Amino acid sequence: MRDLSVSFATRRGVVQAVDGLSFDVQPKEVLGIVGESGSGKSVAMYSMLGLVRDANVRVSGSVLFEGREILGLTDTEMQSVRGGQVGMIFQDPMTALTPVYTVGWQIAEQLRAHNEMTKKQANERATELLAEVGIPDPKSRANHYPHEFSGGMRQRVVIAMALSCNPKLLIADEPTTALDVTTQAQILDLMGRLQATYGSSIVIITHDMGVIAEIAHRVVVMYAGRPAEIGPELDVVRAARHPYTWGLLGAVPRADVKTRRLVTIPGNAVSPLAVPAGCAFAPRCEYRMDICEQRPPLRGANDHLDACWLSDEQRLEIRSTATVRGES
Amino acid sequence: MPRFIAKRLASAILVMFTISVLVFLIFFATPGVNPASRIAGRSATPAVLRQVSKEFGLNRPLPIRYALMMYHLFIKQDLTSYVNIGDKIIPQITAAAPITLSLISGAVVIWLLVGTSAGIIAAKNKGKFIDPLVMFFGIAAISIPVYWLGEMVSLITQGGLHSSIFAWVPNGGYVSITQSPVEWFTHLIFPWFTLASLYAGIYARVLRGELINNMNEDYIRTARAKGLSERRILYRHALRCSMITIVSLFGLDVGVLVGGAALLTEVVFGLPGVGWLTYQGLTNLDLPLIMGCVMYGAFFVVLASAAVDVLYAYIDPRIRVVN
Repeated sequence: MRDLSVSFATRRGVVQAVDGLSFDVQPKEVLGIVGESGSGKSVAMYSMLGLVRDANVRVSGSVLFEGREILGLTDTEMQSVRGGQVGMIFQDPMTALTPVYTVGWQIAEQLRAHNEMTKKQANERATELLAEVGIPDPKSRANHYPHEFSGGMRQRVVIAMALSCNPKLLIADEPTTALDVTTQAQILDLMGRLQATYGSSIVIITHDMGVIAEIAHRVVVMYAGRPAEIGPELDVVRAARHPYTWGLLGAVPRADVKTRRLVTIPGNAVSPLAVPAGCAFAPRCEYRMDICEQRPPLRGANDHLDACWLSDEQRLEIRSTATVRGES
Repeated sequence: MPRFIAKRLASAILVMFTISVLVFLIFFATPGVNPASRIAGRSATPAVLRQVSKEFGLNRPLPIRYALMMYHLFIKQDLTSYVNIGDKIIPQITAAAPITLSLISGAVVIWLLVGTSAGIIAAKNKGKFIDPLVMFFGIAAISIPVYWLGEMVSLITQGGLHSSIFAWVPNGGYVSITQSPVEWFTHLIFPWFTLASLYAGIYARVLRGELINNMNEDYIRTARAKGLSERRILYRHALRCSMITIVSLFGLDVGVLVGGAALLTEVVFGLPGVGWLTYQGLTNLDLPLIMGCVMYGAFFVVLASAAVDVLYAYIDPRIRVVN
């Protein structure tokens, strides 16, 4: 993806939902996109696949999938990409499946849309897939309707469906947000195993740094539609550069430290209608400088990029004072 | 499922009973009406009046009167018309029923075809010019009173153009299909379109609304992400979910129509169906006939309502679990 920009024309002005997002996803890599609600992370991925159907949307930039430009393709051209090359898992499993068809039918539908298969073959493969994602008694459960499954089970069905055509890329939009923590762990574990088996890359969108630490190889931190920091997961988590990332990491509740108040990033997420001309995070940033009135470029070394004017020396200073103050 | 059906049947019977009580009360509580003479018929002799009073227990308490009325209506089936002395009610209704059914069946085909196509076209082209255009015709069709529309249609087909294009259109009346299929058709074609217009308008608007609503649902986004064609998404996913509402509506509409709700259409075109019969009864205040027609109509509405409930559970899998 290069310089993806997505804007919506609304009555109150142009809303820039995504502003210059660029990243690469390597084969078999898990890329995490993390940010607050409204940071543009979901919109970016949906626009990439042409799933934003709003008549007032403008999408620009370039998205190359295996060398082929997919931004701007017609629906008919996208049909082979969607589901076939790129699978998608959505946030709310309760509403993601069509209520009037059995789960087996829905998986078979996707299989037959991309492969030459008979109904029988598709149904058999659907049952196999249900078994792979851990649905007990898959043969009879394939004939059940979505409402007969719990949330976690439904999400497994959605995962099975998304992986049914062996896509090269799987996009998971907050796949565990709507589930309880135990189920979340199971689903992430499942995704990790399936990724190893199928060899697909994953782009996982989340607001939870914990999920990132659990499963991602590389991270994109987004704020107000702009990339704040991009880099390998270990680097971003252990040696984050952007103050926003510090905030996100600091905000992860810790079970081993007794706190009376949860750490938060002061202020509210910036409204997409009123993004500052300079650094979008500046109004909330503790380390704001005059130069932050200019938009910082995304730059860095060793694959670890950040959009912040702080120099490495300044960061070291901040880190040492923070350590003295007893913060991590 | 069997328990559900049993419960629905029980409540259907309860409703029928309530309706019969209400009609009965109207029968006996209408001011200026002497129930005895209304039952006995016009110009009945005092002897007949006395006999009727005895048979129908008009001096007995209300519940007894009700029981006797029901007995005469359903069991002995010897209720006779007030106006046409001696003409039994039940045979009149059974004779009129096929005519009403002929009228409805043709109208149903037309309104389903026109209404659903219009609804789909409008929803597919939401926002473009054809959408409000179709909706305008829809609301026009709903708003135009069927008796006016019927009269206008008759005026055109029987008036100036009767000698040219519409020479083949008969001037009202009904011909049984067993007598002459062609005549049956020519007598019914315009009534069909007239009756269908109201329903086509309603169904087009309802379907358009349902489709647009459903197209914004999450599962449609999933279907698109699966790589399905827009055509398949619309017909196999959105439409299938929208049909749930349409089918419920349809069941009730047909039930009401079979029961005689096509009254105005039948009268305007001179088709002697159940609606026409009801109209005759009302204008003459022929209480036995009214009683019979109302019970007949009520029966079908209640039956249709119960059938729709059962059908609904069949086509929407989510409902089944609750039952």
